[in-house]
Amino acid sequence: MLSLDIELRRGDYRRQVRIEDAARVVALVGPSGAGKTSVLNAIAGLLRPWAGRIAIDGRVLFDSQAGIDLPAHRRRIGYVFQDARLFPHLDVRANLRYGRHGGGEEARFSFDDIVALLGIEGLLARRPRHLSGGEAQRVAIGRALLAQPAILLLDEPLSALDRARREELIPYLQRVRDEIRLPMLYVSHREDEVRRIADAVHTMDL
Amino acid sequence: MSAFTPGEITAIALSLKVAVVAAVVSLPFGVACGWLLARREFPGKALFDAVLLLPLVMPPVVTGYVLLIMFGNQGVIGAWLREYLGVQFAFRWTGAALACAIMGFPLMVRAIRLSIEATDRRLEAAAATLGAAPWRVFFTITLPLAWPGLVAGAVLAFAKALGEFGATITFVSNIPGQTQTLSAAIYGLLQVPGAEAGIWRLTAVAFVISLLALLLSEWLVRRQRVRNEH
Repeated sequence: MLSLDIELRRGDYRRQVRIEDAARVVALVGPSGAGKTSVLNAIAGLLRPWAGRIAIDGRVLFDSQAGIDLPAHRRRIGYVFQDARLFPHLDVRANLRYGRHGGGEEARFSFDDIVALLGIEGLLARRPRHLSGGEAQRVAIGRALLAQPAILLLDEPLSALDRARREELIPYLQRVRDEIRLPMLYVSHREDEVRRIADAVHTMDL
Repeated sequence: MSAFTPGEITAIALSLKVAVVAAVVSLPFGVACGWLLARREFPGKALFDAVLLLPLVMPPVVTGYVLLIMFGNQGVIGAWLREYLGVQFAFRWTGAALACAIMGFPLMVRAIRLSIEATDRRLEAAAATLGAAPWRVFFTITLPLAWPGLVAGAVLAFAKALGEFGATITFVSNIPGQTQTLSAAIYGLLQVPGAEAGIWRLTAVAFVISLLALLLSEWLVRRQRVRNEH
């Protein structure tokens, strides 16, 4: 469960964000510029909130009053970026194997299962630049899951794709949602997408 | 019969040794300084940057003199190194390498800094969210992506070392077999009447080595780019 109560500030921009939701897939919707990506970055540890507290399943990632601020690499976050951000100098297999949150714990998601789930068996030896937008996003989702995260953050994973590619990727997202029981925070500004993927909706206005 | 006199061969070999050692030994320091300048903010950064650039703008004779004061046998650092580590710079080829490394350092740092600045920080952020500690991000993402800049920096340092003259001759003099590099040997021959043939031979060698270094760096960079993209 995601529990978040933070204040973001940058220049004149100030915003209080509070998300407390037991739903497994929470959609964060709102117009661009509302600060949706900033919320994801704050959870991932890529942006420090002005104040507040962030916890996942009771594990505190950030607490300004207690002086807790885990660095990004210790947060066990799976982050699927809008632009995939695959490593260009590594092939798909090495990209998938890059993540290492698991530590001593038994891996929850196995390499073969994730590869099969996302249908990327045929892409393993390829370089990212030889992937289509949809393929790159599937690999990015696989890479995030194989890091054995405690929550999956998705930042408009479909926005860079055309309509046909979007339709192609949505079933994979639904499979991830149904077969991998992991909390997900899904940022989008498209209502149809949200309706098909999320259990609960949190709206951020300008 | 060799086309070169033994003295010329000694000078060529010494030049190559000095230039390679100067470039290779300064590379880790160049990477560290380039990374600091590209990725970190700290008090005194502008001053740090300026000090690194000094050898580029100061008269080489001044740089050589400063090295002599600091690393000479009576120098603050030189005396200590000699006493405790048994390393001597004054009038040795190691001193020539040190002078060349210092003179080439601004060029090296600049190339590395630019290439690190050009690597995508969003990829580094992605690596961090995947659980990579900062040192792992540096070695697996930043460094491989900045590789062309490292090669360019090392080659620039090598080329600068090959052509370095003023600081070297001021610091370690012009001793055949010890500190007489290609440039110093050509300069020496220029003082002797009727040595034109030797001057031409050494000039041709300097030309060929410089050209080969540039071609090699171009090839290394291109090979890495091809690897990254396929």
